[in-house]
Amino acid sequence: MPINYYIFLAVVIFCIGVIGVLTRRNAIIIFMCIELMLNAVNLLLVAFSKMHYLESVERHVVASTVGTEAQLFVFFIMVVAAAEVSVGLAIIVMMYRNTHSVDVNFLNRLKH
Amino acid sequence: MSQLVYLVPLFPLIGFLINGLGRKVMPKSLTSIVGSATILASFVVSVLIFNEVRAVGFMPVTVRLFDFIHIGTLNIPFAFQVDQLSALFLLIITGVGFLIHIYSASYMNEEAPPHYARYFAYLNLFVFSMLLLVLGSNFVILFIGWEGVGLCSYLLIGFWFTNNDYNYAARKAFIMNRIGDLAFLIGIFWILFQFGSVNYSEVFAHVQGSSPSVMTGITLLLFIGATGKSAQIPLYTWLPDAMAGPTPVSALIHAATMVTAGIYMIARSNIMYTLAPATQGVIAVIGLCTAILAATIAIQQNDIKKVLAYSTVSQLGYMFLGLGVGAYTGAVFHVMTHAFFKALLFLGAGSVIHAMGGEQDIRKMGGLKKFMPVTRWTFFIGCVAIAGIFPFSGFFSKDEILSHAYAHNPVLYVVGLLGALFTAFYMFRLYTLTFLGGFRGTHDQEHHLHESPAAITGPLIVLAILAALGGFLGIPEYIAPNAHVLEKFLSPVFASSELLVASVSPPPATEWVLTIVSLLLILGVSVWAWRKFRGYSSADAKEATGFAKILENKWYVDELYDAVIVKPLNALAGFLNNVVERLGLDGLVNGVGKAVQYGSRQIRLLQSGQVGAYILLMVIGVVVLIIVQIFL
Amino acid sequence: MSITQILFWILSILTVFSALMVITRKNPVYSVLWLIIAFMSISGHYILLNAQFLAIVNIIVYAGAIMVLFLFVIMLMNLNADAEPQKNKWLQLAGVVAGGCLLLVLIAALRETELRNKIAQTGGGSIGLIENLGQVLFKDYVLPFEVSSVLFLSAMVGAVVIGKKN
Repeated sequence: MPINYYIFLAVVIFCIGVIGVLTRRNAIIIFMCIELMLNAVNLLLVAFSKMHYLESVERHVVASTVGTEAQLFVFFIMVVAAAEVSVGLAIIVMMYRNTHSVDVNFLNRLKH
Repeated sequence: MSQLVYLVPLFPLIGFLINGLGRKVMPKSLTSIVGSATILASFVVSVLIFNEVRAVGFMPVTVRLFDFIHIGTLNIPFAFQVDQLSALFLLIITGVGFLIHIYSASYMNEEAPPHYARYFAYLNLFVFSMLLLVLGSNFVILFIGWEGVGLCSYLLIGFWFTNNDYNYAARKAFIMNRIGDLAFLIGIFWILFQFGSVNYSEVFAHVQGSSPSVMTGITLLLFIGATGKSAQIPLYTWLPDAMAGPTPVSALIHAATMVTAGIYMIARSNIMYTLAPATQGVIAVIGLCTAILAATIAIQQNDIKKVLAYSTVSQLGYMFLGLGVGAYTGAVFHVMTHAFFKALLFLGAGSVIHAMGGEQDIRKMGGLKKFMPVTRWTFFIGCVAIAGIFPFSGFFSKDEILSHAYAHNPVLYVVGLLGALFTAFYMFRLYTLTFLGGFRGTHDQEHHLHESPAAITGPLIVLAILAALGGFLGIPEYIAPNAHVLEKFLSPVFASSELLVASVSPPPATEWVLTIVSLLLILGVSVWAWRKFRGYSSADAKEATGFAKILENKWYVDELYDAVIVKPLNALAGFLNNVVERLGLDGLVNGVGKAVQYGSRQIRLLQSGQVGAYILLMVIGVVVLIIVQIFL
Repeated sequence: MSITQILFWILSILTVFSALMVITRKNPVYSVLWLIIAFMSISGHYILLNAQFLAIVNIIVYAGAIMVLFLFVIMLMNLNADAEPQKNKWLQLAGVVAGGCLLLVLIAALRETELRNKIAQTGGGSIGLIENLGQVLFKDYVLPFEVSSVLFLSAMVGAVVIGKKN
């Protein structure tokens, strides 16, 4: 597939994630939209890795491992996302315990 | 000796510094000695300079002290010019000044030592400025002295500063001077622009090539400055109010010297005025009108100093009339004789005021001849001199001016003669009411009456002699040929004007007729005044009515100025203060602060603490950045 | 249209649709479920690109672990559609507009790139295979691999500490 298709797809999913973050007030939903954005980026990275691999194959480089780093990078993104989710959810649970709500608007302490 | 001319203003300057800086520590006797000795020293040097100038074949000398302003091609040196005109004025200023200093030593004796020293410091500063004025070799030094005498006039009029009315009088004098000075400055700028220099020698050498309109413009501007300084219409109202100052100050500044600065300036620039006959016409008319106006007001005044003040304005009008008809020598002659008899009259008035314990209303005086003979007879000589009765000095100088006026235009002569008659009338009214008849004051005042001490009567006697004999320096042609000493002395100064427009006198026969007619009329009016007022008693002191009331209220000129100029200006100032200043400028400046505060308050709302809002702004920021980076 | 293309289009539409459903559903449980479907379709894309390892890891870690965790938390708080707070209408509109602008700008920026005619290889290629990935991971990137285990440890400790009752 021409790489442009993957680029557009990833951009669309990313922007949907952004809209979700801006639109929703529930902290958990916002968190989920962040995960959506991360996935869009992952998809794009994998597509680029295949593109570079195809280029090197067409230049007749034998046993090329050109796009491997990108996929490993995606792997590490997933690692970090997992860690982040666990800590983030712990914070949200703490917030719920203190204010009995997951409304982001209650967290306006930054004003002071 | 003329190289040492800088000593003449230097001595009074030193006197000013010593008396001014040491006024808290100096005893009164030392103050008066320092103050008077400096003027005496200047007088001695002036006499020596005069002797040198008098010699046959003397050429004007310029003594340069230092470069005052030197920018590119513009060179204004601080230099003094020694010639016949300045030498004559030097003598008048230092001579009469010295007499007045001696008089002041006794007159101001009741002041506390610091104020006594302040007085003498100011007086010395005044003499210094006046000497700068007459000695300067260019218009800028003249102007420095011009401003300096204006300043000293303000300081001395408001000498008793605790009285607010005196302060207003001083302020009025200074401000009216300033109005004239503005025109004067513009005139100097124009001279600079036209001739590239302000030095007398350079300007007067190149004057002949200029167009009449330029000359008329420059001379008119300079003359407006002279109307301010020498109290002519329309800027004369400060002089009567200036009588708030001590009497010796009135004598020196407002009779003998400062007010003659305008005449000196025009006499010095005579070639420019000869080339602008239109301005000369204006000068003559204004001088004549001033003379008549002031004389009419003087008739109805009851304050001894006010009568003399209006008399001064009137006599200055005569001097300007002389300048306007081309009688330059006559005007300078009248300056000299006026200095003598007006100073004499003022000092005599001061003596009377002292004796009366401060009373200045002549309706409450009378019969003082018994108590103050010296003052009485010197005052009488002054009156006769100012009235213009032969053979006293006023006769010769006034006669010269009037005969030149007749040759110019007989109408000028007739009006001038009318003014002279008024002069005689009010002067003899003053003399009669003050010294003759019965005493009309209180009992306490009568006990206090005494002749003044020698320090006061001495200068009176000297001035009386000068007033009596001074006229013989200027005996006109038709009485004795070639006897006009003053004219011969001053002829080099006015030579270039003479070449252009020879001064005209009427034929000798006409002059004899005019003289005898005027003399008889003046004598007649004097006797009439004497007879009318010698029987004056307190019962005659009634309220003035009708025309007399207008005269007593000075033709309501002050009230006119107040309504037409002062009140609108005050209203304008009030408008500028309340509207432009408070609302406009303050509003603008405060508005900047308020706008900043408002803006910060609005921007502060961005910090809502809501994370969602922050993320929104972040996204917007990223969008803007991408647009800027990729598309711009 | 080859089968690959058809599959690509089906998967793309599914992904976008489920992402839209995630952000618009009021009930948070439904949002979670739609997100799981989105992850599934993305894994489908990975398989299409022959990134086999990543496809499996995506399903196991993301759809399996992370989404289940989300679901647990939602159940814990007993959230349902009624309790859902709603943002101010204007702010929602502003958010949509901002996101839309971002979309437009990114598309416009990337439209002109030189990559227009480059192709991502689908249905082939050996780099997605697990043994090739493993070779590179354990030869060149073994240190980040070990450090990520420390990362997990710190995340665990952090979560425990934050979640403590007192």
